[in-house]
Amino acid sequence: MDVSFALTGKGYVLVAADTTAARSIVKMKGDEDKIKSLGPHLLMAYSGEPGDTVNFAEYIERNIRLYQIRNLYPLRPPSAASWIRRSLADSLRSRSPYSVNLLLGGYDTSTYTPHLYWIDYLGTMATVPFAAHGYGSYFALSLLDRYHDPEAPLEEGLATLKRCIDEVSKRLVVAPGKYKVKVVDKDGIREVEL
Amino acid sequence: MSIMEYNGGSVIAMVGKNCVAVASDLRLGNQALTVATNFEKVFPITDRIYLGMSGLATDVTTLRETFRYRVNMYTIKEERDIEPEAFAHLVSSTLYERRFGPFFIEPVIAGLSKTSSGAFRPYIAGADLIGCLNFAKDFVVAGTASEKMFGVAEGLWEPDLEPEDLFETISQTLLNSVDRDAYSGWGAIVHVITPEQVITRTLKARMD
Repeated sequence: MDVSFALTGKGYVLVAADTTAARSIVKMKGDEDKIKSLGPHLLMAYSGEPGDTVNFAEYIERNIRLYQIRNLYPLRPPSAASWIRRSLADSLRSRSPYSVNLLLGGYDTSTYTPHLYWIDYLGTMATVPFAAHGYGSYFALSLLDRYHDPEAPLEEGLATLKRCIDEVSKRLVVAPGKYKVKVVDKDGIREVEL
Repeated sequence: MSIMEYNGGSVIAMVGKNCVAVASDLRLGNQALTVATNFEKVFPITDRIYLGMSGLATDVTTLRETFRYRVNMYTIKEERDIEPEAFAHLVSSTLYERRFGPFFIEPVIAGLSKTSSGAFRPYIAGADLIGCLNFAKDFVVAGTASEKMFGVAEGLWEPDLEPEDLFETISQTLLNSVDRDAYSGWGAIVHVITPEQVITRTLKARMD
């Protein structure tokens, strides 16, 4: 039932994920952060099978951190995305595959470009201007087709994101109530209020 | 729900006079939902060989990485570029390695092979998901629009097409086939390989 969105703009990537932790029909928690910072300029929203998600996200987080400690510089977004995709693809054909879907947003500080990757639990990776996972994708993608502008300033990007969230709240029966929104740009990662 | 149709997508290759062409659509979907419209399924292997892969997108990416690795190792060991015939068998054995738990892709290989006289001979081949090679003299197709492509190609293709005419033939075949297939389309990319150069063009298509 998780819903997550992400979109790129002029020099930034916005990543949003709902904050509910549910089990069956019961809402266990309303302020769960499902977006991890994997480095100074890399964000990962994760959703999927409860248990798998946090375990996999922590595994990725620590390995990306290990790379940074060993090499004294962080992995750039395309390389990080490739490695994460490969981890999921290898996991898919293992005894116990991870059921985790990801949105990976990053800002490349050497080319000054924002990057966004859509990755699913099979290890399918797509480089996209905007993306969504979960039931929200059925509503948000068509909206983003119409309103997304890769050259939009942050305020416009946030307004577009708000549109998606409002549409999901209006039309989706099991719509989540609260979202956490993070942005990554040249200055690093920060949380923003909608 | 077939796993081969999960992401959608189509690939085709054709033989011309002293040239070959290979093309794919650009759609990546999750069943009926389109996720990306920039997903290329054809990759350069050497200057003269291109490999197209249709089927499960995760395996397309994984196998592209596998083939890049194996062709690099071949090039280092042999100190020469791999020939299309050898590469086709490399593809075949890589797929057959997973005989009882296959990669869900159908590859299409297009290239020019060097003859003993130093001239180039066009070469295309296709295979099924476990690596059974199909050497065709005219064209090979794969993917969710393969039935349609068989029909259109059968009508449009003729022997000894020059590069520009071959480009037109393969483009029209692919475009008209994917327009009748809900799981393929959203733009296309075409590579025409000639002894001198590779001409790559992205095609505008119906975006629905």
